Amino acid sequence: MENDGALGDRALPPARKENIPMTTESKVIRVLVAKVGLDGHDRGVKIVARTLRDAGMEVIYTGLHRTPEEVVDAAVQEDVDVIGISILSGAHMTVFPRLLKLLDERGAKDIMVVGGGVIPDDEVIQLKNLGVKEIMLQDTPPDSIVAMIRRIVVERGPR
Amino acid sequence: MAFVHSLNLVPRVLKGEVNAVARLLTRAEAGSHECRPALDEIFRRAGRAHIIGITGVPGSGKSTLVARLVAAIRQTGRRVGIVAIDPSSPFSGGAILGDRIRMGAIAADPGVYVRSMATRGALGGLARGTLEAIDVLDAAGYEMVIIETVGVGQDEVEVARATHTTVVVSAPGLGDDIQAIKAGILEIADIHVVSKCDRSDADKTVADLKNMLSMGLASARGSWQVPVVPTSAARDEGVAELVAAIDRHWTFLREGNRLEERRRLINERRLLKAGEEILRDQFVRQRNGQVLKLLEQLQARTLSPRTAAERLLQDIHPGDAP
Amino acid sequence: MNDPVTGGSAAPDVETQAALAAKVQAWEANEVAAFIARAPERQKQFRTPGGMPLKRVYTPLDLADTAQADIGLPGQYPYTRGPYPTMYRGRFWTMRQIAGFGTAEDTNQRFKYLISQGQTGLSTDFDMPTLMGYDSDHPMSEGEVGREGVAVDTLADMEHLFDGIDLEKISISMTINPSAWILLAMYVALAQKRGCDLNKLSGTVQADILKEYMAQKEWVFPITPSVRIVRDCITYCARNMKRYNPINISGYHISEAGSSPLDEVAFTMCNLITYVEEVVKTGMHVDQFAPRLAFFFVCQADFFEEIAKFRAVRRVYAKIMRERFGAKNPESMRLRFHCQTAAASLTKPQYRINIVRTGLQALASVLGGAQSLHTNGMDEAFAIPTEEAMKIALRTQQIIAEESGVASVVDPLGGSYFLESLTTQFERDIFKVIDDVDRGGGTIKLIEQGWFQRRIADFAYETALKKANGEKPVIGVNKFVESGEKADIEIHPHDPTTAKRQLDRLNRVRRERDNTKVAQLLDRLVEVAKDERENVMPITIELVAAGATMGDIIERLKELWGTYRETPVF
Repeated sequence: MENDGALGDRALPPARKENIPMTTESKVIRVLVAKVGLDGHDRGVKIVARTLRDAGMEVIYTGLHRTPEEVVDAAVQEDVDVIGISILSGAHMTVFPRLLKLLDERGAKDIMVVGGGVIPDDEVIQLKNLGVKEIMLQDTPPDSIVAMIRRIVVERGPR
Repeated sequence: MAFVHSLNLVPRVLKGEVNAVARLLTRAEAGSHECRPALDEIFRRAGRAHIIGITGVPGSGKSTLVARLVAAIRQTGRRVGIVAIDPSSPFSGGAILGDRIRMGAIAADPGVYVRSMATRGALGGLARGTLEAIDVLDAAGYEMVIIETVGVGQDEVEVARATHTTVVVSAPGLGDDIQAIKAGILEIADIHVVSKCDRSDADKTVADLKNMLSMGLASARGSWQVPVVPTSAARDEGVAELVAAIDRHWTFLREGNRLEERRRLINERRLLKAGEEILRDQFVRQRNGQVLKLLEQLQARTLSPRTAAERLLQDIHPGDAP
Repeated sequence: MNDPVTGGSAAPDVETQAALAAKVQAWEANEVAAFIARAPERQKQFRTPGGMPLKRVYTPLDLADTAQADIGLPGQYPYTRGPYPTMYRGRFWTMRQIAGFGTAEDTNQRFKYLISQGQTGLSTDFDMPTLMGYDSDHPMSEGEVGREGVAVDTLADMEHLFDGIDLEKISISMTINPSAWILLAMYVALAQKRGCDLNKLSGTVQADILKEYMAQKEWVFPITPSVRIVRDCITYCARNMKRYNPINISGYHISEAGSSPLDEVAFTMCNLITYVEEVVKTGMHVDQFAPRLAFFFVCQADFFEEIAKFRAVRRVYAKIMRERFGAKNPESMRLRFHCQTAAASLTKPQYRINIVRTGLQALASVLGGAQSLHTNGMDEAFAIPTEEAMKIALRTQQIIAEESGVASVVDPLGGSYFLESLTTQFERDIFKVIDDVDRGGGTIKLIEQGWFQRRIADFAYETALKKANGEKPVIGVNKFVESGEKADIEIHPHDPTTAKRQLDRLNRVRRERDNTKVAQLLDRLVEVAKDERENVMPITIELVAAGATMGDIIERLKELWGTYRETPVF
């Protein structure tokens, strides 16, 4: 075996986690990513899913053409921290309010909702006022999405 | 929202309240210390459910089969909890869990609970916290709990050591006639399923499996005759037969003391695993202290890994749980 | 010297090549090296966005692996230089701006406006419920009726949509896929009602379902029955509508889903092959229907890569049709395509510069030999385009046609060392993908395995990372960013009465039709659908004429065929 003195001034090299299971408490952020509405443009949502995975999050992807009811059912069962909704069909002003209402009815208001899609600025403001945490627009850099999710989870606090 | 203590979740879990089940699963999966007394309580209340493991290589149609199976079980009125496991990335620790997509309509059925879990470093086809998740779902009143394994096609034996009935799914034409043998999972099956039986090469796979079984390779199952059930999602066939086979196996186990034996095996395994986990937990927490020093000696080859580990363990007092 | 007419390499003869090679080498060693020593180049290796490595300069040497016959002449096999001998010297490409929003009346007004502004063909965008086969009052349709396109539930909608428009005079394109055959049936029923000659109708219905499973993800039924419906559209039109394109095999959506330019055209060719095989299986000869196969590609931002892409895919198509399918009729080998500039290349920041992006993309489409063109509105990153945005987009085309002079010569870039070399490289790479797909078990099998989807997702992810780290510059987004910009943009308003107006008409049709007749026809539809040898078109035409809604037809067939659910790949 080659002795490369890797232990000098730095800690252990990043362990491949399959070799050393993390048995101490691990807070993994769980995000449900869904396409609601009828449009099938999943380019953005897939990039987001990959980005979050590569940032160490667990992404529950529920596929295309989901209804708000299905999304909320899944989010509650999966106990996710965040629901990320991508919608490009123009139905965002119908979909987001219903999602928030359903979460409320299900006693799951600690699940935060963020969204992405082609949404005009004034409607972005309306949606945020309704309780959508963040709206990500086209070309939001992947890093900022990760940072945003981490930030809102920290702001929410333990639950 | 205010933090709800896990012990306060327990009564709600026992009533089958979905939000409480979901939250306790999250904490169990995270290995949270706070929830241990709650999980202890849950363990005392569990022990009624029929626990079924479903495993098979990728592309064998496992998820589709689980969806159809659950739909069929729901026809009999029983409530079903499902834990669907996918691998975590060994590099980022993250995961994309897509099994719910296959669940289709059953995911909306209030008598069905689906939970996706990432392995989080666990080996053997299960995820961290899967065993506790089984307890929680069992205690919450799900009469059947189905564990769908990662299905990487190797080392899936853990599922057989955690469940009452293990179903191994194979599909025709996945390169090897009997992938099960190669993967070393033939022996763990209580029931074999050959999916995609609408395909022309399916008969051969069924015949090969039956042939293997008649050669006595699965003697570990005692007097249980391991059935081979052909299914086809395209033709909507075979699922009723699979439900019947699963129920038959449950009846078989409950005759005499077979179920007690099986439970004993599961509990023995859990005991050992929990012990390992406690030790490893302590071990890992000391990585930045003595581990680094010992590692340097390993690097210099002045110490062997075995001796280094013994030294490390001398300082561990499993009694002081954090 | 090679005979330029009969074949051989397009490069000069061997001696000249050797002399030239020596010259180029000397140039690299002297002028280039000295210059770079003083002023280094911006990058070590330049590449197209699709990843093809680019040389510093191209010379006749780069034509060595391009056969002269492969370049050929416009209107001659293999049509690299254009499907027709005179191209835009005869008439310009069709300026076909897509439009669709609200109810049929709303879109009809926009159509008439566009025609008054000099547009020469119509193109219809439908709302999501129509595209997915839901009636406007289905719960899944809520919030989406007339949003991203026009809502069409019944023949009555179609009548209003094309009110006052002469179906025999103006060609009409319909962008719709899983439910396309129903819209085609409505179009036929409308034409029959007006007493038109079906053989005089020209236009296109997209009906390209395979790329939906790959990229755009609009589907209803599983793959097999869906492809059968496409087959039925093709054979029906071949027999009854001689000038109508029953399919628009589309790369556009593959590209917009994030694929490389290569995969856009290569996957499109894979889909073509599958459709042709399906139709040929019915016993129809390839020359009976291939002349009406039409294509649709995007024009992305990289000028030369896109032009090379268009030229290469024409060549590949010609070869596939002649060599793989034994086409004899030259019409079966000419690839004709509609082009749209790249919506995904448009930005919200500094949105007015989208006009320039679109202008350059439109120019590349024309230099690539497009038969018709849609230029995007500058505001498409906000909402569907306003009338003003559409007018500027149309004027962009008119400037290219009337002012730039590029339409005066056929394939003016033909013979460019760089472009011909890139074209040939593209051709090879396309055939390589086709080969991989053939060996992997064919297009449908690989769709089921997620092979295409994974390639698309991988390239999309790489592109996103390159945008994020600045390797792929996007002006206004990761370069020359203006802070504090406030979009002073007028957005196309959504009329809140749309859904109600639409439902009123839908309910009226349901009240006034003969329900017993519709029920009987639906039973017959199921019988026809069960028998693969039958064609679903005639019964569907009867159904829509009798007042059946799109949802009536789709829901009934869902009972028979089930629906598609994809296993996503990442």
